[in-house]
Amino acid sequence: MSPVGGLTWTVYDADKMTQAETYGLILSELGKMNPKIVGLSADLAKSTKIGKFGEKFPDRFFNLGIAEQNMFGVAAGLAKAGLLPFVSTFSVFASMRAVEFLRTDVCYQNLNVKIIATHGGTSFGSAGTTHHSIEDLSIIRAIPNIQLIVPADAVETALAVQACVEVEGPVYIRIGRSFEPRVYQTDQYGFQIGKSVEMKSGTDVTVIACGAVVYHAVEAANILEREDGISIRVLNMHTIKPIDREAILKALSETRRIVTFEDHNVIGGLGSAVSEVIAESGKACAFTKVGIPDQFTPHGYPEDLMHYYKIDTDGIVEKVRELLGKEFEKEEDWEDEY
Amino acid sequence: MPLSEQEHKELRTIAKKIRKDIVDVTHWSGGSHIGGSLSMVDFMVVLYWKYMRIDPKNPSWEERDRLVLSKGHGGVGHAVILANRGYFDFELLKEFNQFGSAFGMHLDSKKATGVEASTGSMGHGLSQALGMALGARVLKKDWKIYAVVGDGECNEGSIWESAMAANHYKTGNLIGFLDRNHMMIDGPTESVMSLEPLDKKWEAFGWFTQVINGHDMHQICNAIDRALAYKEGPSMIICDTVKGKGVDFMENNPAWHYGGLNAELAEKAKLSIDKMYPDLP
Ligand SMILES: Cc1ncc(C[n+]2csc(CCOP(=O)(O)OP(=O)(O)O)c2C)c(N)n1
Ligand SMILES: [Mg+2]
Repeated sequence: MSPVGGLTWTVYDADKMTQAETYGLILSELGKMNPKIVGLSADLAKSTKIGKFGEKFPDRFFNLGIAEQNMFGVAAGLAKAGLLPFVSTFSVFASMRAVEFLRTDVCYQNLNVKIIATHGGTSFGSAGTTHHSIEDLSIIRAIPNIQLIVPADAVETALAVQACVEVEGPVYIRIGRSFEPRVYQTDQYGFQIGKSVEMKSGTDVTVIACGAVVYHAVEAANILEREDGISIRVLNMHTIKPIDREAILKALSETRRIVTFEDHNVIGGLGSAVSEVIAESGKACAFTKVGIPDQFTPHGYPEDLMHYYKIDTDGIVEKVRELLGKEFEKEEDWEDEY
Repeated sequence: MPLSEQEHKELRTIAKKIRKDIVDVTHWSGGSHIGGSLSMVDFMVVLYWKYMRIDPKNPSWEERDRLVLSKGHGGVGHAVILANRGYFDFELLKEFNQFGSAFGMHLDSKKATGVEASTGSMGHGLSQALGMALGARVLKKDWKIYAVVGDGECNEGSIWESAMAANHYKTGNLIGFLDRNHMMIDGPTESVMSLEPLDKKWEAFGWFTQVINGHDMHQICNAIDRALAYKEGPSMIICDTVKGKGVDFMENNPAWHYGGLNAELAEKAKLSIDKMYPDLP
């Protein structure tokens, strides 16, 4: 298997590394090729793995201490100076503690700042609710100019980190903490920001997922195909913004049933983004969004939390079966009762 | 460098014109943050006309010094200063605050020529200025970065985050101006949220701190000279100023943090400014 874009990292490393470790490594390698890259963290250089870049390039790395607001302001200033800042902290802090600095300093000025937000969703598990990031996709999506990516695994993280350097303007990449099973066996699947990846083709129902949930969506689809004889399309919607409208509309026409699965509040994230495209299309469709049902999450291991919220393999199987039993009105059945 | 008498007179002439222009823009735009714009005029004029390495005709010149107006609501003052310095035609400010104008209360760095950072939310600009100062270090540039901070703005925690970080990274190329006009929106700073001893606070955060009369151009020059000579870390020049300086009915009156001026009041304001400069035509 080929190294990613001329780097020494290969997909084999994905087996041994978390998304964050892969990110740290890739960024260090990109740093060799691009002297404009600078790194910033807020006492989470080790946890977010941007510290790997810092070890290689101490003169281009700034630890700002536990002061996230200042960190985003400093990132904006560095970008204004002509540098290419990568900012890493936990996603709960990147998207909320410092959000106005991200919004006003970075996004309003459309600056070339890349945010790699780690420990997304419930992936911080037993660290508990203060460290779960179930609102970030919703918050970030509402900010103009920024692009929002949720890679499925370490391979996709490597590709997303490289791709974000190629686009101008702010990009927010949300990755997990660890425990992300590998989805891709190759990096040659044509990753492109804004273009979803069809993991499986199918005609009865479409499952759309992002992040670590993609692995489970594929597993669930295999089970459902085997046990229930259903033809399931699985889309890895790694880019939440700009959303891949074309793939959603195609799924809508060809399968008429769509379920979204995400490690995020069901309000404002992947499910909402997909539902907006569906609603605006004017086409009837059986649709469910599965995620965290607008509540604060309990402590627990990430796999237990994913199970609890039905975004693991078992949960996806259950929810898809539910949706297949759900009828939706055809146009000719519509009544005018309200 | 110390000011010669001739230079002093020239800079005061510019400052006088700028004060009157601020009154005009406030009059025709329906309202502006006039109080805090008038308090910062003198040190801004000294910076833009005497110290900053800039080329208004080439605003994105790589080697330029940079000034970030962290107290971004001083936009009207900043815009008038930039126009007078030759960044754009003063006539454009006829549209100040109008729909679609490049100029409004808080200036947009992507629209208003010469504006280095979009500010307006208090407590952001100093961080951006610090980022530019660190950027200069990475890129091995000798840019000077100036940041203008409000005293009320120093209530913001983020100001102290950047203060701490600037000291940590010993950014000798970062010079702050603190417009110590003793007023914020709801009243005097010491009654809304005590700041004193403010110089001790900046000192304790590791900044080379000076307190000067912020309307005395000789003191301003001397302070800048000392700050430029100090390379070991960031500098803060606390400029003791008067909010609304030059317009007698605005001075020290928190009601003039933001306000509008009809033709009559604008005339009164300009007469008062004339009185501030009895020796100038
Ligand atoms: C984060 C934030 N909170 C509140 C405001 C509203 N606001 C605008 S100006 C101001 C007072 C500023 O006082 P000061 O920094 O002393 O400015 P100056 O006296 O120089 O006008 C406030 C509270 C704001 N712009 N940003
Ligand atoms: Mg004030």
